[in-house]
Amino acid sequence: MRIKESRGERVFYIINTIFMFIMILITLYPIMYVIFASFSDSNMLMRHNGFLLWPTGFSFEAYKGVFENPMIMSGYINTIIYIIIGLSISMLITVPGAYALSRNRIKLKSLVWKIVIFTMYFSGGIVPYYILVKSLGIYNNIWAAVLPMVFTPMNLIILRSSIESLPLSFEEAVELDGGKDIEKLIYVVIPLSMSTISVILLFYAVSMWNTWFIPSLLLKDRELYPLQLVLREILISKSADDMMIDTGIGERAALFESIKYATIVFSTVPILCVYPFLQKYFVKGVMTGGVKG
Amino acid sequence: MKYISETFADIRKKKMLYFMILPLIIYLIIFAYLPMYGIIIGFKDYSPYKGIIASKWVGLKYFKMFFESHYCWQIIRNTLVINLYGLFIGFPIPILFAILLNEVRVNKYKKVIQTITYIPHFISIMVISTMIIEFCSSNSFINSIIVFFGGERKSLLSEPKLFPLIYTISGVWQQFGWDSIIYLAALTGINMELYEVAKVDGANKFKQIIYITLPGIAPTIILMLILKIGNMLSVGFEKILLISNPLITEASEVISTFVYTRGLQGGDYSYSTAVGLLNAVVNFILLTFANAMSRKLSETSLW
Repeated sequence: MRIKESRGERVFYIINTIFMFIMILITLYPIMYVIFASFSDSNMLMRHNGFLLWPTGFSFEAYKGVFENPMIMSGYINTIIYIIIGLSISMLITVPGAYALSRNRIKLKSLVWKIVIFTMYFSGGIVPYYILVKSLGIYNNIWAAVLPMVFTPMNLIILRSSIESLPLSFEEAVELDGGKDIEKLIYVVIPLSMSTISVILLFYAVSMWNTWFIPSLLLKDRELYPLQLVLREILISKSADDMMIDTGIGERAALFESIKYATIVFSTVPILCVYPFLQKYFVKGVMTGGVKG
Repeated sequence: MKYISETFADIRKKKMLYFMILPLIIYLIIFAYLPMYGIIIGFKDYSPYKGIIASKWVGLKYFKMFFESHYCWQIIRNTLVINLYGLFIGFPIPILFAILLNEVRVNKYKKVIQTITYIPHFISIMVISTMIIEFCSSNSFINSIIVFFGGERKSLLSEPKLFPLIYTISGVWQQFGWDSIIYLAALTGINMELYEVAKVDGANKFKQIIYITLPGIAPTIILMLILKIGNMLSVGFEKILLISNPLITEASEVISTFVYTRGLQGGDYSYSTAVGLLNAVVNFILLTFANAMSRKLSETSLW
């Protein structure tokens, strides 16, 4: 039964479309501004007031400054190394864990699950964390940048619910062939959960890419800094002197203005490139995970 | 006793499965439960030279010290104010957005809108904070909007009064799309026939939303509300640490930033641990209470 659209409904849909358009504009404009500003001429950007609808005085100078900055490059490489090592460890913890804790495979399942969930609602706080983790030797070395980020209960929850939603018959088939748990995991569960696994890989990778707080506590040497800590030096602490060697004192502040935006773009592009490809999976991932656990 | 022996038998029989959860258990012990053990320094006079065990017990000294301090109520108030802004502005927007997005009839547009509105969620706090600082400066486009509505240009991050709003709005900008996913999921579970019937009965869009859509996603809304209330005394401190400045600390100092500055920058380990513990315990109680209330009233609960 199809009912003809009333006038009221038409008005609703028009208003809704306008509302959605405004939401998109609100979401995109700040991002567009950053992109425009990064391609702008610094001096003109300094004097500019208000909205930017196009780069003012088109220039690549800022990007040149970014690429010539050794700190940004080393931060970039460090972060990529940390993510590669971190993701391997993440998978080692999350995938077998989610499998062993799914369905009713082990007697201690509900106890272990409670131990996991409790950490979502209660923690020791940053000061005991700092003292104890540091005392274990996770300080000012590569592990300080990697290990704190390799596990999130939420990702375990998402993967476990996805494993539980697989048809039992696949696992039973492996059993008939005399396969044990390890075979089930490798030949059935992992291949069938690839979409969910790629989602949690993305979630882990994004949080590793974006992390700065714990590394700022546990890393001292600047050579070990991940990208975000380098960004903090450039963007927030405003110590961009390295970048402005060779430019006159007067131009320093000005050049800094657009370099800031170029740095933002340069540091955010990788994430924004990966994410649309995985989008159709992660909505499902978030849904199956739910908030419930 | 029987339970323990049965458990051991289970472990012996399923060595492989228990081996699989070993990395998880080890990780949680080191990074979650060991720090929980570290909480005892809140009841001791911790000194890094003596270590946790040898430091002297002082009981509730640091808890009393906090309540007797002149800044105690101010930072609790700041924490609550920021969370109330979040509750009244940040909480309803994703719900409203999800409901209206669900009414978009062309699937392709819906996908595009989703793709775009999820983007900010993936941007780092560092970048977001820089954008906040830049966009709050007196020559920013946000100030142009304020001028357009008859205000005057000023640096927005130097007004303590504006801080909770800036914190909340920037959070909404970053998360409203992402936070709407959970409601969109709930919306797909509503029986479409209900709408057809309502239309036959002459209910307009507004009435359909009030009487069908909202009740349909009420369990999800309540769950999210429980979580929100459980976090009433916690504020994400990363953004505040990055965007705050001395002009506005009277409004931006919250419990978590206080713990950070006092403990990790100032070296008052025991004192800040005590304050952090107080915070965590109150949060946990609030969460349990909200959960129990909701289970009683609506049969929806986290556990």
